[in-house]
Amino acid sequence: MTFDYRQAGLRQDEYRAIQDRIGRTPTEEELRILGVMWSEHCSYKSTRSLLSTFPVRGDHVLQGPGENAGVVDIGDGLGAAFKVESHNHPSAVAPYQGAATGVGGIIRDVLAMGARPVASMDGLCFGDPDSRSVQLLADGIIRGVGGYGNAVGVPTVGGKTIWDESYTGNPLVNAMCVGLVPLDEIVSSKTARPGHIAVLVGSATGRDGIAGAAFASAELSENTSKNRPQVQIGDPFVEKLLIECCLELQRDGLIVSMQDMGAAGIVSSSSEIAAKSGVGIVIDADSVPLREKDMNLWEIALSESQERMLLIIEPPDLEKVAEKARKWDLECAAIGKVTEDGYFRMSAGGETPVNLPADMVGGGSPEIKWPSAKPEATEDSGETLPAHPPLPHNLNDLVLRMTASPRFCDRSWVFKQYDHMVQTNTVVPPGNPVSVLRIRGRDTLLAITMDTHPWYCSLDPAEGGSETLLRALRPQWVAGAEPLGMTDCLNFPSPENPRNFRVLSECVRGLARAASDMDCPVVSGNVSLYNESPRGGILPTPLVGVVGSITDQASLLRSGTTQAGDIVFVVGNDRNGLAASGYMLEAHHRLSGKPPAYDPERERYFRRNAMATATEGAARSGRAVACGGLLMTLVRECVASGTGMHLDAMPSGDLERVLFGEGDAAAVYAVPQHMEKRFCEIWADYPVTRLGSACGERLVMGDFLDLSTGSLVEAWKG
Amino acid sequence: MRASVVVFPGSNCDRDVMDSLAEVLGITPQPVWHDDETLPEEPGLVVLPGGFSYGDYLRCGAMAARARIMKDVRRHAADGGLVLGICNGFQVLTESRLLPGAILGNRSRRFICSDCTVRVEADDTPFTSCYEKGQVLSMPIAHHEGLFFLPPDQLDELETSGQVVFRYCCPDGSLSDRCNPNGALRHIAGVRNAGGNVLGLMPHPERASESILGSQDGAPMWRSVAKWMNGGVSS
Repeated sequence: MTFDYRQAGLRQDEYRAIQDRIGRTPTEEELRILGVMWSEHCSYKSTRSLLSTFPVRGDHVLQGPGENAGVVDIGDGLGAAFKVESHNHPSAVAPYQGAATGVGGIIRDVLAMGARPVASMDGLCFGDPDSRSVQLLADGIIRGVGGYGNAVGVPTVGGKTIWDESYTGNPLVNAMCVGLVPLDEIVSSKTARPGHIAVLVGSATGRDGIAGAAFASAELSENTSKNRPQVQIGDPFVEKLLIECCLELQRDGLIVSMQDMGAAGIVSSSSEIAAKSGVGIVIDADSVPLREKDMNLWEIALSESQERMLLIIEPPDLEKVAEKARKWDLECAAIGKVTEDGYFRMSAGGETPVNLPADMVGGGSPEIKWPSAKPEATEDSGETLPAHPPLPHNLNDLVLRMTASPRFCDRSWVFKQYDHMVQTNTVVPPGNPVSVLRIRGRDTLLAITMDTHPWYCSLDPAEGGSETLLRALRPQWVAGAEPLGMTDCLNFPSPENPRNFRVLSECVRGLARAASDMDCPVVSGNVSLYNESPRGGILPTPLVGVVGSITDQASLLRSGTTQAGDIVFVVGNDRNGLAASGYMLEAHHRLSGKPPAYDPERERYFRRNAMATATEGAARSGRAVACGGLLMTLVRECVASGTGMHLDAMPSGDLERVLFGEGDAAAVYAVPQHMEKRFCEIWADYPVTRLGSACGERLVMGDFLDLSTGSLVEAWKG
Repeated sequence: MRASVVVFPGSNCDRDVMDSLAEVLGITPQPVWHDDETLPEEPGLVVLPGGFSYGDYLRCGAMAARARIMKDVRRHAADGGLVLGICNGFQVLTESRLLPGAILGNRSRRFICSDCTVRVEADDTPFTSCYEKGQVLSMPIAHHEGLFFLPPDQLDELETSGQVVFRYCCPDGSLSDRCNPNGALRHIAGVRNAGGNVLGLMPHPERASESILGSQDGAPMWRSVAKWMNGGVSS
């Protein structure tokens, strides 16, 4: 009986495309391989045309999407390689291992560019914070991130953690890694030539994670535990050895090309190198070191055993590579040869059941165009905000309650479980709007931000897409950083639902226009669809990571450094709104209305002035207005600096919107008195309000708020 | 002065220590591979760095204590040479019996990475002569197993013989469970051997030796060692 293509997860039109291309009936092995390689996770078949709308070029971009990671030029002959990738489904099933291997996988992607991994960040979305099962899942995921990152010696310098009921049953784990590489040592996957040999370095291959990529491309079922064999098991110790081994090999000039063995293991790594280099490759499955008996060819081909790299090397260098692997106690085997004919072949026991054009395996899936439909108009469409209880006159209780909520409270219980200092480069640690790293021996600092705003995206996908990126950019500008590029992870429910597909398309449109307008090109990224559990789909969750550079230490404007005597200003904040704001969600549990519209011109003014403020040292502390609006941003600044504020003036407008509105290019600044004049000159063409001054140990605003910083800290720490 | 930093598979603070020594003292420390038979000639200060040697499998530091190079590290220590174990290196030293005690899992059962304050309990060691007794230092910790343990009678002996070198303390120098991050007995953060030439501590001086990293309180440890090597402890 012949093998049914549907068992491999292929669609009928895909099966026909395979037959047409190769002119014969594919073998079972070929179907299993294509089933994985043409899964959404590996092929982006649903999103390719959307992704093509992203701006990918820019002054600083050295490597855009298409490689293991993107690379931007940070000056002084150095590049920053970075990428974010999802590990959502594995983390739902096996939280510790799912999260751990997510961290490990993205580190190897950066390593594959020849870069030393220097920082990680993690975007985590968890379900109902009061649910015991969500708490256990979150705990496992956080331990997994730490367990892997700490041991492998890459600091976790920040991230984003949010809670919303839509993630119950389908948590999101988006792992980002940043690495540094001298420009002349960037490794490419396009450099394999006939005659080179393919070498596998790292762990032996087992049955773990087989077809994990296909698993990642389907909705989660009631009985997800039976998918456990599709979750990989990580060993950060081996990963640490692999990093040092590969970097030593690269330093010795022994690596022609390199590829991480992540999703779809040997097949994806070898076929992608062949396809991108315009050559063929033949893999001998019998040469692959195995840790389990009787593995058949397709299991070896698709195993997602962790901590393996595929190296392309010159044949005479094999003994030197093997010697280095022995030094680091790693398996090393020549498993294939690069050929001229453009075919991807796999053989075992003298037979070659896989014989396919390499470009067909590594990227030949037909694109799927899912229908797109506008969501039905909701009852409050057109309204900026639905009716809700009026703002109480005294806000003390409300502010304390919000400060203590999971949305606003201290995250240090998360990042204290991560080693965020190893490698001794962390200048601004997690818990701040921007994480900053020094580069030893250079003046340049690296600024990294990560953000997502699913609520905004669910009310208005295009505005939400733009705002998501702006939330990651504004803190960079305020800190004095020039954003060089971004990476994105598009987490969405099934694209087969026309409304979902429309939301996805609109989010991408919003992201792409902001990326283009704000000169922050997309250099890498990942798509994770089918994020649904039996309870329903997740909120639309595009997540972005931005890497920027600060010319020198003096140009870095920190936050949380307000001192008594400083004058407190807010810039902007008059074109904000309450829809999807932290206040409406937290205080009124309302997710409806229309968020403010994207205004690129205003963002550019803000960018110019914020950068000037930082580089000229015109402020002592700066913080972009984010979740919770002006008031919660002031609370965060008081808590972080330990300084009180007496604020009598407020920007004009409806008080509720002034205090809690979001979505504008706005920031709070603490300005030393002698810099006030210069500060106001810089911001002359932008709305500025002098709120009052920093002093004492109380946050006092008008006659409606009066809280001690001690009580705020207490509420915040919980 | 000279310094040698042992690199075990899974060490991840080896480069940090070398960078820190280079930054503060202007020297070029040499890495030493765990599988070597001997330390370099004139190894100077021998550092066992932090990290997860051998993945911390079996028990933290247990496998590294049996690495080939450790035979010569013991000889170096027996000859009066200076040996410093930081974090995982401290665990290796207790597992090697070069230092008394055992390092158990944190009371919280969680990994803790955080700024931390410790009090100098002894300034008459080769590692601490540039500090003053009672001085409070800011030095980060990052570990899952940092609870120093000894039976009570041996703890008393340790105290009597002045072998407790650092204790976790509050920023004002007082001792309190609140300021003891891992539950270490008697707040002990670092101890020396009877001879005074071997020191182990959980906090990371190499993470606190440059102002850009927020604290320079670790730098005097390197200067103390340099001073000792250039002529012994002054006090």
